Amino acid sequence: MSNIPAELKYVSSHEWLRLEADGSVTVGITEHAQELLGDIVFVELPAVGADLAADEQAGVVESVKAASDVYAPIAGEVLAVNAELEANPELANSEPYAAGWFFKIKPANAADLDKLLDAAAYAAEIGA
Amino acid sequence: MTAPKRTPLFDAHVASGAKMVDFAGWEMPIHYGSQLKEHEIVRSDAGMFDVSHMTVVDISGSDAKVWLQKLIANDVAKLGFEGKALYSGMLNDDGGVVDDLIVYLTATGYRMVINAGTTDKDLAWMDKQSAGFDVQLQVRRDLAMLAVQGPKAIEKVCSVKPALAESIQALKVFQGLPSGDWFYARTGYTGEDGLEIMIPADQAIPFFNELKAAGVAPIGLGARDTLRLEAGMNLYGHDMDETVSPLQAGMGWTIAWNPEERDFIGRKALEAQKAAGVPMKQVGLVLEGRGVLREGQKVVVDGAEGIITSGTFSPTLKHSIAIARVPASTGATAQVDLRGTLTEVRVVKMPFVRNGKKVFE
Repeated sequence: MSNIPAELKYVSSHEWLRLEADGSVTVGITEHAQELLGDIVFVELPAVGADLAADEQAGVVESVKAASDVYAPIAGEVLAVNAELEANPELANSEPYAAGWFFKIKPANAADLDKLLDAAAYAAEIGA
Repeated sequence: MTAPKRTPLFDAHVASGAKMVDFAGWEMPIHYGSQLKEHEIVRSDAGMFDVSHMTVVDISGSDAKVWLQKLIANDVAKLGFEGKALYSGMLNDDGGVVDDLIVYLTATGYRMVINAGTTDKDLAWMDKQSAGFDVQLQVRRDLAMLAVQGPKAIEKVCSVKPALAESIQALKVFQGLPSGDWFYARTGYTGEDGLEIMIPADQAIPFFNELKAAGVAPIGLGARDTLRLEAGMNLYGHDMDETVSPLQAGMGWTIAWNPEERDFIGRKALEAQKAAGVPMKQVGLVLEGRGVLREGQKVVVDGAEGIITSGTFSPTLKHSIAIARVPASTGATAQVDLRGTLTEVRVVKMPFVRNGKKVFE
């Protein structure tokens, strides 16, 4: 059974979002996503400072099996990317909700988060 | 839709934590946790693959030899002693590859191993081609097959079959011999030393468990694919099929042109292709930067196009490699359309990896 932490927000393209205390939002891919992909061997992350629109492509994750785009779930400016993940892509497999985070954004509109799926809705989406 | 078939080892896979997938109509293990770890185990130690979905055909009859000399492009006359094996394409009249296979010389005739996904059409083709020959085909559905591969594979098999250790260690590369109902062959699909062992179906799970207890890890089809790709070995239906000539699929070495009077199926078509000039060739591609080469991606060489027929991330080399069919004029580099970006790759002679080590320049 996939781990779907209750405190996070989700989108159906299998990214998760966490609202941090400073108002920034951390984005990664879900445990379900990494299970589907299998062993992850490369990640490509957005440029720090880039202004992303909602649903805009923000990166790529490549596993032994397949390549998959990573999208910005909400609009915002990229504040930071996870350099550790670029060097050790397997972190997205082993710790998808912790050390395997992808990037942080400053949301253009914090209320956008409210429109996303909660854990129960995402669980229903993936049939978990 | 018929339900996928299960091999005699199905329960052992489930008990070992396998993720099962449908492969060529069979329910097979894709991995038991991590494909990358399984790959590494085969390169450094010993792993075992259930290959019972492949089909074993025993061939007998007074015409077995002459029939095989017509049926396949390599020449079984090369098999000079019992158990010796050869790899060959079985071609159609146009010189396309119906299947690729291994054939062993046995005490009673020949033993052939063909692919799972092509079994039905292969048997129909062989049946059609046997008209007028005294040849009998026996499909050995009663056998399971386990490939045990890796630098420690033979040592570990011998540790669970001490009575056979001497005869197993005496096997030459590409030789297989029976021991009672069992058959041990020093063949494989990984670029490592090892064995492919045919086992009466009801003895497969106990043997699997004995090997596991001896430290042989179960390996899924995922790692089987990355291992064979590193070894530069073709996968039927991807690197070649009925529309592809062996001359364009790196299989030229498997065609026995001599003696000239041996009229194997597809020979005339191949001779015509050679006379006209073969426009495409098979090469290895290497991408040392980021990204992964994938099957179906376009290869561009001086404005002409080729295609990647198999591509992956190489767990041994830590970058991407691919098998491609490219214009014959292709030199040391090519470009690949990598998700919309033309990216430069190196063109190399395969294999990429043998016995755990990088081998191309």
